[in-house]
Amino acid sequence: MRFRRVGVIGAGAIGSLCAGHLATRTEMWVVVRRREQADVLNERGLRISGKSELVADVKAVVDTEAMPDLDLVIVATKASQVDVAAAKLAGRSPEAVIMTIQNGLGLEDVVRRHGDWPVVSAVTFMSGTRIDDRHVEYELDTATWIGPYAPSGIAQETVEEVGALFEASGLRAEVLPDLRPAQWSKLIFNSAVNGVAALTDLPHVAAFARRDRPTDLGHVVHDLMAEGKAVAAAAGIDLWEDPWEMNVEAVGRGQTRDEAYAHIPSMLVDVRAGRRTEVDFITGALVGEADRLGIPVPLNRALWRLVKGRDRSHDEEVST
Amino acid sequence: MRIGVIGCGAVGSLFAAHLAGLEDVEVWAYDVWPEHVAAIERDGLRVVGVGSVVARLRATTDPTALPDMDFGIVAVKGMYTRDAVAASARAFQDAAVCSVQNGVGNEEIIAEFVPRVIRGTTFPAGKVIAPGVVHWDTAGKTWIGPFEPTPATMDEVRLLAEMLTRSGMETDALEDARGAQWTKLIFNAASNALCSLTGLPHGRAALHRDVRWVMDRVIEEGKAVAEALGIAMDKDPALLLEESIEPALDHAPSMLQDVRMRRRTEIDQLNGGIVRFGEETGIDTPMNRAAWALVRGLEASWNLEGA
Repeated sequence: MRFRRVGVIGAGAIGSLCAGHLATRTEMWVVVRRREQADVLNERGLRISGKSELVADVKAVVDTEAMPDLDLVIVATKASQVDVAAAKLAGRSPEAVIMTIQNGLGLEDVVRRHGDWPVVSAVTFMSGTRIDDRHVEYELDTATWIGPYAPSGIAQETVEEVGALFEASGLRAEVLPDLRPAQWSKLIFNSAVNGVAALTDLPHVAAFARRDRPTDLGHVVHDLMAEGKAVAAAAGIDLWEDPWEMNVEAVGRGQTRDEAYAHIPSMLVDVRAGRRTEVDFITGALVGEADRLGIPVPLNRALWRLVKGRDRSHDEEVST
Repeated sequence: MRIGVIGCGAVGSLFAAHLAGLEDVEVWAYDVWPEHVAAIERDGLRVVGVGSVVARLRATTDPTALPDMDFGIVAVKGMYTRDAVAASARAFQDAAVCSVQNGVGNEEIIAEFVPRVIRGTTFPAGKVIAPGVVHWDTAGKTWIGPFEPTPATMDEVRLLAEMLTRSGMETDALEDARGAQWTKLIFNAASNALCSLTGLPHGRAALHRDVRWVMDRVIEEGKAVAEALGIAMDKDPALLLEESIEPALDHAPSMLQDVRMRRRTEIDQLNGGIVRFGEETGIDTPMNRAAWALVRGLEASWNLEGA
């Protein structure tokens, strides 16, 4: 196996799911923010429960600089932290392949500003919930889509190897020759679903796909996605999956095989925790592309702006 | 002169308590909250805040106990208009009935049950702080005029305005009260819905550049619908919004209060009203439509099992 030594930066739900599984096949380094979390991971290992049951040996550090040169680095921070994370990698691990796995657009470029690494793009549909500093519940074992970031000159063979590593470690992966159609499908899906969830406090429930009465939420979701599809078409992207069908399937039995289970989109998790959302990197990125291409997206623009208002409501001064 | 107030919440109480102070007026209040009604019957209706009033009036939870009225004032929340007016309509068959509710669409419902209707818009606001006690938060004027399809006479409109003004609730009688109503409707649609979705108080939302952009779109759509209806606005709602920022910087609009208390909102009468009248006049209102559905979604989030 080409990837002997792997690093994951960011131990949120997705980063932990990657680290826990890949640790079964590689020497795994994990960069976390807090010393206490590094200590407990080093002493007791990283535990995954749910769709997989495992406790993985990992080497956890708080400083990127404390890691040896790596063969593969998965940047699994929030979109807003990618720049800082990549800056700390600058000049290190020159032979590494870097993978981005955030929601949104343009994070590969952010990484490449700090080094000449070949970059693998990924969008993931797996999900989990962080239980504590060393334990993540693996909820949806849906695939991670992996493709080349072409401007970085990465060989498709390398992308295949990353996909093979994921599969060998028990994660589902699908390797694509061009990730942009999938990235855009998920971007359009996430822009609508995460934004609507953040404003309504609704998890991703059946209401997101209901369009019977004029006030049904499905109309808004559908219209938001129609705007996104127009932007993708103008960008010359032939979407991998129709975002509306992804939405219908996700709230039905297709994705979860359990009608009672409703996923809480990450922006709603942030809102409930009183944290700033990633809306600038999701809906904001979509609106940015729309502006660049001259496509009107009034609903996505309104959604973006309202979620920014929601973010603002957490500030102490206005939460009285 | 006998006046029946339907719905004795904050606004209904302000009207009932003031009118009850007039020697030539007998006031009855109909409300479904037993403790509030019992307190009014026992101790009178007390208003504190902007002004202080203690009024003796009759109050009942039983609409069949209402005697025949000369005037009615409907002050229930929009989603209760139909039930409240249907239940009490018998007492208003020879009366002129005036809505002082938020939004649009209430007069149309009232007109299904009583013969003569008055369109009304009121700015005074407050909250019930205990059974029989209302805090008067903000003063302001009231505008009333005949409801065009089934109007009360202009004499009735003037008489009601005269009584209200004399009681301490300044009221203008207008031939066409739609301009005042739509000014407040559009202002409220922008403020209430977007404050509810963002959690920001009124002035803070209007000062937030991004939220303000959406507010401005909601206002533009509302003005286009009003124009298509041939309504001359009283005042530009955008200007009203600008002027309200400082006095209402940290004021939670009523819908945001409802959302915080997880009570059903009046979104159907506000943004929903703009959408419905937009459909009738062929004006597309995508922002108001989205705000309507999103607030409905927010309401739905309170009733999810285990989600």
